[in-house]
Amino acid sequence: MDMQPTALGYLAAGIGAALTVIGAGLGIGKLAAAAMEASGRQPEVAGQVRTSMLIAAALIEGATFFALAICIILATK
Amino acid sequence: MQEHTQTLQAASDTAHAAAAGHAAEGGNLFGELLHHVYDAHEIDLPFIGVVELPHFAPVHIGGLTIDFSLTKHVIFLWFAALFLIVFAVSAARSLAARPVPRGIGNFAEAFVIYVRDEICLPNMGPAGMRYMPYLLTTFFFILIMNLCGLVPYGATATGNISVTAGLALIAFVMIQLSAIRAQGIGAYLKHLTGGVHWALWPIMVPIEILGLFTKPFALMIRLFANMIGGHIVIVSLLGMIFIFRNYLVAVGPVFFVLGISMLELFVAFLQAYIFTMLTSLFMGLGMVHAHEEGGQGHEHEH
Repeated sequence: MDMQPTALGYLAAGIGAALTVIGAGLGIGKLAAAAMEASGRQPEVAGQVRTSMLIAAALIEGATFFALAICIILATK
Repeated sequence: MQEHTQTLQAASDTAHAAAAGHAAEGGNLFGELLHHVYDAHEIDLPFIGVVELPHFAPVHIGGLTIDFSLTKHVIFLWFAALFLIVFAVSAARSLAARPVPRGIGNFAEAFVIYVRDEICLPNMGPAGMRYMPYLLTTFFFILIMNLCGLVPYGATATGNISVTAGLALIAFVMIQLSAIRAQGIGAYLKHLTGGVHWALWPIMVPIEILGLFTKPFALMIRLFANMIGGHIVIVSLLGMIFIFRNYLVAVGPVFFVLGISMLELFVAFLQAYIFTMLTSLFMGLGMVHAHEEGGQGHEHEH
């Protein structure tokens, strides 16, 4: 490819951000599905399930934001 | 009320993004817009306009060069600290005045009881009450800094990686301190070796020490990227108005920005809660080891 390095950088940032969001969406979607099912089976523990779901979602998003930070660095340098 | 805030925010962005309009031609719009999100040596005050902050000469301490100049995020750090001190002192006074507090004591008590019953005691047990001041400070400090970025003319100090690095550093120190205090330094160092044969220690110990640093590092990146990501999206959406240079186009982005700002409000609370919860979780992990180690004469009642 004969693109300039900055153009490749922007392209990489865009593709990276898209893949990151796909990974995060799939992961947190599965997590939310399990949480919904657990709450439906046993409504009295719904509060604890919600707390654990939030913690797990935050941890997954933490990894997502690693990748997002790298994409932002790629896009702005 | 959110729309009022939105128009104020849009007005403040418009006021000195007029330069961005000119920059849009040169293709430098993104860089000009990000100037709002990153740290700067000037601060934008409501009626006074842009104020240049004093620069101090960099200080050289044994090979390190530290620049102590005041920047926007430093000013907001101080403001959040002052606000927290005033809030906490007045809440404590209101709580000490009468058994059932009213006003600001009532408001603070809801949060304090939440932090105690949902974050501190489940993770650390009754021994965790001595760390309640630290957890409360973390929670409220991060919350105030996050919320500062949502008001007009405000900046998110937690959107600066140095600030979150400082918070994560203190969390790291507290995690090690609580583990050493609960287990004793001998057991703490023994855990670093991982229970392998002593010939493997040169491999095991550096890996374990590195593992000690990953958790606060993740805390730092999580808080920083959550805060900065939301603001970059808001600023980029508002920048669309400058690309099209048409008043009619302003309707769409403003509604999107309204929605994203509500999400940002939720994320501000959530990230403060997550930082505090994970810190207390890691501290609790260090304490649980102590309970397992010296379990012979102990009776546990939960």
